[in-house]
Amino acid sequence: MVMTGNYASAYGAKLARAEVIAAYPITPQTSIVEKLAEFVATGELKAKFIPVESEHSAMAACIAAQTAGARTYTATSSHGLTLMHEVLMWASGARLPIVMTNVSRAMAPPWSVWVDHMDSIAQRDTGWLQFFCQSNQEVLDTIIMAYKVCESAGVMLPAMIIEDAFILSHTSEPVDVPEQQLVDSFLPAYSPDLKIEVGKAYGFGSLVKPDQYMEFRYKAMLAMKEAHDRILRVEQEFKHVFGREHGGLLERYRCEDAETVLVTAGSVAGTAKDVVDALRATGQRVGLARIRAFRPFPHDEIRSLASKLEGIAVLDRSYTFGAAGAMFTEVKASVYSCQRRPVMKNYIAGLGGRDITPKILERIFEDIQVIAKRGAEDEVEWVDVAGLPRRWR
Amino acid sequence: MGKTTIPEDEFTYPGSTGCPGCGANLVMRYLLKGLGERTIVSIPACCWAVMPGYWPSNCLKVPLLYTAFEATGAAISGLRAALDVKGVNDVTVVGFAGDGGTVDIGLQALSGAAERRTDAIYVMYDNEAYMNTGIQRSGSTPWGAWTTTTPVGSSHGFKHETKKDIMAIMQAHRIPYAATVSPAFPEDFIKKVEKAKSIKGLRFIHALSPCPPGWRTNPSLSVEIARLAVDTRVFPLYEIEDGKVRITRKGKGLPLVEYLKVQGRFQHLTEQEISEMQKGVDDSWIMLLLKESSGT
Amino acid sequence: MTKSYEEIPLTPISDTPSTVNITGLWRVMKPVVDKEKCKKCTICWKFCPDVAIKLVDGVPGIDYQYCKGCGICAAECPSKCIVMVKEGEQ
Repeated sequence: MVMTGNYASAYGAKLARAEVIAAYPITPQTSIVEKLAEFVATGELKAKFIPVESEHSAMAACIAAQTAGARTYTATSSHGLTLMHEVLMWASGARLPIVMTNVSRAMAPPWSVWVDHMDSIAQRDTGWLQFFCQSNQEVLDTIIMAYKVCESAGVMLPAMIIEDAFILSHTSEPVDVPEQQLVDSFLPAYSPDLKIEVGKAYGFGSLVKPDQYMEFRYKAMLAMKEAHDRILRVEQEFKHVFGREHGGLLERYRCEDAETVLVTAGSVAGTAKDVVDALRATGQRVGLARIRAFRPFPHDEIRSLASKLEGIAVLDRSYTFGAAGAMFTEVKASVYSCQRRPVMKNYIAGLGGRDITPKILERIFEDIQVIAKRGAEDEVEWVDVAGLPRRWR
Repeated sequence: MGKTTIPEDEFTYPGSTGCPGCGANLVMRYLLKGLGERTIVSIPACCWAVMPGYWPSNCLKVPLLYTAFEATGAAISGLRAALDVKGVNDVTVVGFAGDGGTVDIGLQALSGAAERRTDAIYVMYDNEAYMNTGIQRSGSTPWGAWTTTTPVGSSHGFKHETKKDIMAIMQAHRIPYAATVSPAFPEDFIKKVEKAKSIKGLRFIHALSPCPPGWRTNPSLSVEIARLAVDTRVFPLYEIEDGKVRITRKGKGLPLVEYLKVQGRFQHLTEQEISEMQKGVDDSWIMLLLKESSGT
Repeated sequence: MTKSYEEIPLTPISDTPSTVNITGLWRVMKPVVDKEKCKKCTICWKFCPDVAIKLVDGVPGIDYQYCKGCGICAAECPSKCIVMVKEGEQ
């Protein structure tokens, strides 16, 4: 089939047999929810659809339903995601394997409906697994895989699958939609050890004193660590059943003998791969490493990659004010413990939907190769901002 | 003799960490007597989030879901959806929230749940302020009351806004059943709970919940104050069923000052202010009688 | 005693009745029932917020482990057969 990223999300949730869907409309997520409402209305998906009155309520309703033993799904974007922030933390603290699509979109003001990653990045402390997708196929596949990863006993954490606004959400690509039977064989029904039910007078989410709180957080930390291995294992299983995979936590493209590598996430990685091919054809030893899972962060993968490189360019489609791009900061932290540390530079690009063209990527590769030889003056550079002396187009 | 006037089975354990004389303890006790064991209760941030005790203590004999503050309306929708999808249809879903978590921060989610006709009972236990955080005013604090954020003698000087009429708000949502209850009249309370249980859709119960530390009252008077509230008609007992008002207890019609004088939070009021309050109570009572007689 | 992270559930799940909280220790005043005068109206049992009154043949027995001494039972008793005395006295 040929479909948009949003429809891929909807088909993913349908194939995963989500049982309770609570969602609130926001551009550019709306077609996910509309499609799911259609599936429920026609009976194709046997689920309860709750048209809640805010995103905060969407997540709160999912939390309650998941605690009662139902597999839940929701979708949002930008301001909807940030409105949910309080309850995102609740979902992970309650150790509920909720799966959500976030259509990553810029934050206001200024108002923008176009892609950037600030909304998603701002949730990196919430205890959610975060997957940045490059293609619509990956969106569908990752939703199904995420349920399996999250529902495993050693994990029990929620996950967000991130689609770039409009570039993935509203652009049609060929997507193979697997047979329901095949998905059922891969992903069994959700059956938690403990759920809220009549007959067991348990309280879920009680008050805890300072002398016991840390132990709960420690367990969640261990679960996030376990998620790293679980993601890899589940993807191997997925490959075995469906015949495809998406690169684990860090997808490496032509990195084996690279001297400089661009690290980035989302749909821009697809453009970057084309640029890598073009530059390789001219003899440049470049590669692309795509952060697919930002949480849990692929520290080990980055470390083993970095030790062989001269330079790493990290392209962040977001910015952490007062610091640097979040992905750059984490990549740099991973690299700190390497014996041999490549030169590193952060490129902030593509905010508010600003196009990241092949030309811009070429210039970034050019820049990092120069810097790898002589060192960086500024560690962080904003790309393609009008008024700055450097031209990127 | 020796025969109780309300069901004997208890669904709460002793050892709740509510204050001595806590009206909310009585509200929960009567509610669960009316609903029985096949009940799941969702509780947001409020006194009752703390009263079951520190983990692993639970003073309820039914399952309890703790939620974020504003989320009760959404949580009951989620619980009901999960039960529905699993084919469980003989369980009562209850949202049990304070006045702050209902008329202020929780109003949006409650409105959503009502509009969606969520099959659940929403109980607002009304101690008329944010008591769990230390007696700050809420939209449900009555005109004239002292609270820590409407202290007396400041430029603001006690609460000058009238209490939000949550029953009117719920009536406007056209829900099938809403009722006011007072812990001083447990028979009326439980009868209403049993009736609510038998109806489908979003049912709303507004329970007055006297609070000794917040109202500055003697703990031994909590039931008497809940009685005076009804008898002075500051908190009349009535139902709204399918949009029609029915008063279930007319009350003695005592002067409001009988209710005010036993509460420290009203001690600063002048005679003028009290007579204004009395007029307000009288007007509301007349309105209620009119609603009842006109069949709306 | 802090439980090891290996011994606790994923999220705090309360599965122990609150009878572990001995709220009787809060008391300053305590109710004393004159069982001779008691008319077995059951009103004290009806109004106890803490379920700390048990009826035996209609006559109230105060559960002093949990009674907080709020005094509602004494205030509501129509026969005035419950008296509040200082904790420690009889």
